[in-house]
Amino acid sequence: MSLRATLRRGLDRAERGLDPLFGADWNPLANLGPLGWFLFWIVAATGVYLFIFFDTGVVDAYASVEWLSNDHWFHAGVARSLHRYASDLMVVVMLLHLAREFVFDRYRGKRWFSWVTGVPIVWFVYMSGITGYWLVWDQLAQYVAQTSTELLDALPIFAEPIARNFLTPESLSSRFFTLLVFLHIAIPLILLLAMWIHIQRISLARSKPPRGLAAITLGALVLVSLLLPASSQGPADLATVPAVVGLDWFLLGLYPVIDMVPAGVIWTGALLFTLVLIGLPWAPPRAEAPAAKVFLDHCNGCARCVADCPYGAITLVRRSDGAPFPHEVEVDAGRCVACGICMGSCPSSTPFRRSGELITGIDLPERSLAALRAEVIEAAAQLTGAGRVLTIACGFGAAGVPAPGRVVLPCVAMAPPSLFDFILSRGLADGVAIAGCAERDCQNRLGRSWTLQRIARERDPFLRTRVPRARLLTAWAGPSEVARLEAETAGFAAALAAMGPYADQRPLDPAEARGSAAAAATATTARGARIVEAAK
Amino acid sequence: MKGRVRHLILGGLVTLVLVALVAWFSAAPQWRSLPEQTALLRLSFTHGGDRSAACRDRTEEELAALPENMRARQICDRRRPPIFVELEVDGAIAFAAERDPSGLAGSGPSRLYERLLLPAGAHELTVRMRDRPDTEGFDYEATRRVELAPAQSFVIDFRPAAGGFVFH
Repeated sequence: MSLRATLRRGLDRAERGLDPLFGADWNPLANLGPLGWFLFWIVAATGVYLFIFFDTGVVDAYASVEWLSNDHWFHAGVARSLHRYASDLMVVVMLLHLAREFVFDRYRGKRWFSWVTGVPIVWFVYMSGITGYWLVWDQLAQYVAQTSTELLDALPIFAEPIARNFLTPESLSSRFFTLLVFLHIAIPLILLLAMWIHIQRISLARSKPPRGLAAITLGALVLVSLLLPASSQGPADLATVPAVVGLDWFLLGLYPVIDMVPAGVIWTGALLFTLVLIGLPWAPPRAEAPAAKVFLDHCNGCARCVADCPYGAITLVRRSDGAPFPHEVEVDAGRCVACGICMGSCPSSTPFRRSGELITGIDLPERSLAALRAEVIEAAAQLTGAGRVLTIACGFGAAGVPAPGRVVLPCVAMAPPSLFDFILSRGLADGVAIAGCAERDCQNRLGRSWTLQRIARERDPFLRTRVPRARLLTAWAGPSEVARLEAETAGFAAALAAMGPYADQRPLDPAEARGSAAAAATATTARGARIVEAAK
Repeated sequence: MKGRVRHLILGGLVTLVLVALVAWFSAAPQWRSLPEQTALLRLSFTHGGDRSAACRDRTEEELAALPENMRARQICDRRRPPIFVELEVDGAIAFAAERDPSGLAGSGPSRLYERLLLPAGAHELTVRMRDRPDTEGFDYEATRRVELAPAQSFVIDFRPAAGGFVFH
């Protein structure tokens, strides 16, 4: 097993441990991005509130912070603690988010944009926090200001060493201090812009955590702010050195390193770290299947695929072939990860079709609907006995490894609901297990939601009402939950055996079966290798 | 305890512990940036080397070749000379370095910002600077006996208007 697969299983196991405590949908590790946004808004709102009471002159800055922390602890003091603790928690959330996306391999290939645009966010978060610590103008602020400016002075960009502003009490002017206040407003605004850019190449970006999780997080922050209020560390005095300071190890954790290592090494290290992070998506790039392809003869521009694509890779454009529809869809190959969700959303994706070649409105070149139907028929032939279960599995979940009676897809939402109908009504199996990835987080963002909504007949294309829900199992299990999935599938098979065969079967047409076998043969090799590679 | 209530309570408790840890690590453990019984001496100033040493008078031929309104008698190099600074602590050289002028053309002042850690207690400090290349020895020199307290920040600046080196 590769290192990434080991890490993925480990992280999956750790996240699983939080499911019983929070519920899968509130699991904080599966909501790191939305939590980052939520914490940003807490920091922004409390920052605006604190600015009402804060004196921006160097003489009274410390006194104003002390006044709001002590005399008005019940509102402004709490706001100050919230401001600090939410910032620190944002650092934790951001670093976990970065590590998690790396481990789950969501940073390479067509998903490079979100990764690369996330790198500056790391630095802007740190810069926002560091400039914030200056403003308190206590001994920690003095230490941070002096160390930061000495580090900056190592760059040959300033006309005069800015550290000279902190040489003596007389050398620091209120005007310079006001510049620091400006920086602490400007940098978070740039951070917000960077965060907005970061989510531009995904559709329906989650910038709000579930309400329950938001309530839990805010509640904990408020409670801790009341119990352990943030405090200052004595007024700054440029005639002395703040020899011992209580560090914020989240935002200022690198300062001891800056103290010990030459500035040139720090800047070189920071530059290399940034370049390595930016370059990761191409080291090496992920081998991805070719982008989805539109077949206009089978597309009426209904835009269901536009609505369902998790990556904003499909757009609606003016009709170009003279057909009597106003629109057609267009795929941006630079964004399409070939998850197949668009194929599952297309009303033309019906495996029942017998006339001519099975082609749908939007199809994957390397794994067409015809090939999928053929694979299903082939997998069904491997099933024997009572309670036959055909598994439609996600390549990133517990059933991601090929096995008899199993069809592994890049995402279970690639399977149109009519495929489940086809499997049952053609008697290919007594039931269908839809084995997706972990409930808390879909590898392709929206696949789990769309699958559930289609089956519940809440989202087009609907599962036909004639399909008995009791013969469909939806099981969501991460790579570390193989045993649970097997137990659920075994229970489902036993229930199907007790139910007996599906009554309204219309057996598979022999010609249908022959055509499918040919399609299966052409589709298997490259795709199988790709799925196995993705699961590694 | 069922469903969401359980999640609110258990999830809330886990989050509370996490945030409490975050709050604790936001101010602890402490970091000592300066060893005990030590003071910080910073030698820092901005000063341009004297360009006049490299000036020379134009020859009559050179002057004649110039338009009338541009016939300045002296010609000076745009680039400033480097300065040389030396700091002696208790009779021993603690710092000695040449600082080049700043700017792409070398026309800006030389800059200095040096940190030295000294044991707390009495010290004799002598600082010298040469800002003309033709000077033998130093153009500026000052000596001060100081009593440094632990964690004291002591600064040596240079201000020509104040007569040279300034001790803070």
